[in-house]
Amino acid sequence: MPDTNKLDNAKSMSIIVTKGSLDWAYPPFILATTAAAMDVNVTMFFTFYGLPLLKKELDMKFTSLGNPAMEMPMMGGHMAMPNLLSVMPGVGGMAGKMMKNLMAKKGVASIEELREAAVESDVRLIACQMTLDLFEYSTDDMIDGVELGGAATYIEGALKSDINLFI
Amino acid sequence: MATATLNAEGLNCPLPILRAKKMLKTLNAGDILEISATDPGSVADFSAFCNQTGNELLSSSSEGNIYKFEIKRS
Repeated sequence: MPDTNKLDNAKSMSIIVTKGSLDWAYPPFILATTAAAMDVNVTMFFTFYGLPLLKKELDMKFTSLGNPAMEMPMMGGHMAMPNLLSVMPGVGGMAGKMMKNLMAKKGVASIEELREAAVESDVRLIACQMTLDLFEYSTDDMIDGVELGGAATYIEGALKSDINLFI
Repeated sequence: MATATLNAEGLNCPLPILRAKKMLKTLNAGDILEISATDPGSVADFSAFCNQTGNELLSSSSEGNIYKFEIKRS
């Protein structure tokens, strides 16, 4: 297999990761790891609420609040969660537990597992410096191998990429 | 030419592809990787994966709920 990572004509993809809840963490990590497996050079730029996905200890929350289209499989049917119910104390936590149980049961990878695969396959991880300052995060809290950068760093890579996604 | 096997049954997207890629890296050119999976989406995905990476999809078949693939490492 030719090592396309070393070739100039290798395909590349960039993803701006802006959301860090359990459900929104999946699309960028699934696409990044799969593209890397297909010999695509991948850059992920973590900004705003996506930045905590680079923390050593992940603690992703999930809520059905503001997501009225969400339905969970339940006893052969599907159950939606009205927003009025979602604001009740404890309902958000319960939805998160249900989602994690469902994912484990269906053989869906954990975000930790996908992130590890991304690191192993040399996906370039860039933490937004401005977000780091704004929310007072430290690189000490982040996993190893994270680069710091800003909008210009992202644009430079994105201009050379075949696919650019904002998630 | 060696043959390796990968049991990806019970795993959902994108794990069968990620595990297959990891194993292919350990093989030599011309070696065969036999994969079994239960994810129906893996049929289209292994085809796309092989088209893009240049590894040859020798066969793609199903027996009941099990999908089987043979990939020759390029």
